[in-house]
Amino acid sequence: MSIPATPSTSDFAGVIALAEQIRNGDRTAVDVVEEHLARIDAGDPELHAFNLVTAESARAAAAIVDDQIAAGNPVGVLAGVPVALKDNLCTHGVETTCSSKILQGWKPPYSATVVDRLAAAGAITIGKTNLDEFAMGSSTENSAFGPTRNPHDPSRVPGGSSGGSAAAVAAGFAPFALGSDTGGSIRQPAALCGVVGVKPTYGTVSRYGLIAFASSLDQIGPFTHSVADAAVVLEAIGGHDPMDSTSLPQPFPPVSSVLDRGVEGLRIGRITDLPTGADDDVNGRLDAAFAAMEAAGATIVDVQVPAFTFGLTAYYIVAPAEASSNLSRFDGVRYGLRVDAPSTGEMMAASRAAGFGDEVKRRIMLGTYALSAGYYDAYYGKAQRIRTLIAQDFAKAYAQVDVLMTPTAPSEAFHFGDKGDNPLSMYLCDLYTIASNLAGHPGISVPYGVGDEGLPIGVQVLAPALGEPVMFQVAAELERLASK
Amino acid sequence: MSEPGTARLAESDVVHVAKLARLAITADEVERYTTQLGRMLEHFADIDSLDLSSVEPMTHPLPLSNVMREDVVKPCLDREEVLAASPASEDGRFRVPPMAGEA
Repeated sequence: MSIPATPSTSDFAGVIALAEQIRNGDRTAVDVVEEHLARIDAGDPELHAFNLVTAESARAAAAIVDDQIAAGNPVGVLAGVPVALKDNLCTHGVETTCSSKILQGWKPPYSATVVDRLAAAGAITIGKTNLDEFAMGSSTENSAFGPTRNPHDPSRVPGGSSGGSAAAVAAGFAPFALGSDTGGSIRQPAALCGVVGVKPTYGTVSRYGLIAFASSLDQIGPFTHSVADAAVVLEAIGGHDPMDSTSLPQPFPPVSSVLDRGVEGLRIGRITDLPTGADDDVNGRLDAAFAAMEAAGATIVDVQVPAFTFGLTAYYIVAPAEASSNLSRFDGVRYGLRVDAPSTGEMMAASRAAGFGDEVKRRIMLGTYALSAGYYDAYYGKAQRIRTLIAQDFAKAYAQVDVLMTPTAPSEAFHFGDKGDNPLSMYLCDLYTIASNLAGHPGISVPYGVGDEGLPIGVQVLAPALGEPVMFQVAAELERLASK
Repeated sequence: MSEPGTARLAESDVVHVAKLARLAITADEVERYTTQLGRMLEHFADIDSLDLSSVEPMTHPLPLSNVMREDVVKPCLDREEVLAASPASEDGRFRVPPMAGEA
């Protein structure tokens, strides 16, 4: 491994810098792609960030970008910039597996809207990244193809479920990546890998072509080295899509233009009744972030969000319930693995048993139970009402403050196997991220120094629905303060 | 089946749920899932004491409803390509084992 023990996020060129160099003719897109492929060749055998590296098609696409620039033709804002895509985003004709045996070898007949929009902006897909199977997990240990390792310390997890995307950016395999966030699956691995990760407001980025886990919670978002890079990517992929019936009928909120405004006069909320469970060093970094924000001119306001603490239970009812429904499509009929059996019913049950891993089966079972006759009101119905409570409590808090700041994850990156065989201990990784999914709100994780063991810690900024402009304004200041 | 939020799950519950979910599971899995899912349901008991009778359920974070597309013909997925990705197809359709006589 040539990656230093604790790479700073500034060790590698970011999206905006690379796009500018390519557009100006300082570097060719082919050169940029080759540089990233070389780093993948050197580092990925150990880290396993990728399920698939699309070297040939990346080289061909880069050559086309170079031809266009040489010919003086206009190119997109991301022209020539490599991107790594979480392997639950459909790519036409390119294997898409969700890191599951049940989809191994499947080549989608269409591409996700975000994939088409990135291509239209000139970005170049360099590969498909590893994840916890069907995005269920917080460490990538649930991948059917083996875990991804944290570039800062390969004996530790990168977080999850979008662990491959986070690791790919942290290791310099791609200047940006896309992931999906159902309960924290972008923000938590971003925190553990020391990069920026954003879950935008529900409905601002099309989910068409994202293989569904929990449809009322899932959102696609970016991993980048900087807040400014994340803004550019979201502006390229966001906005209304007629192919997604849950897509808001408006453009993505403007975020690139607000990054230099500072935090003077802004009110930043500290949640005094936040569930406990974060390590001391994580709380220490959060305290330092509040102090730095106050020094930078923000007002820190104590607020309460009482329902926050019930989020974990509501999430682990709603998400498995929706998953049990969404994953019923994997039945050995239209795509993926089939185990032959004398009847269709036996074929389906045998195919699903052979194709799904342990955690996916566990969540399908939990979700099916929560939706089954006699239990619906006690579990699913109640969880839906808790979502309303959380939204109401957030609304009261946002009447007093512009944004909230919390830890992103309760700890630094942990070692493989640390969470043992008790699924609940793994679920606690999402303690601070799931409430915004339940409410449909945006959240961003910004690296803010390191913890006691020298590994990255993220601070999370939360905002109300469509509050991306103020969220990015605060995140950009947080990033400036972190580098001081 | 056990009462919601009170006792741990019974093994018979797990067997029933696996059938509903069309998952073939082994005796070993029945035992493991009974313990693990039971532990989760115990954790979920933290919401038992909440009185939510006056709170409306949220099915979805957005106020959107009945989103319709225009009734116009557009390009759609290529049939041959879709069928080629399936485990078995015949005469332009997905092929499955016999279904007649199933419960």
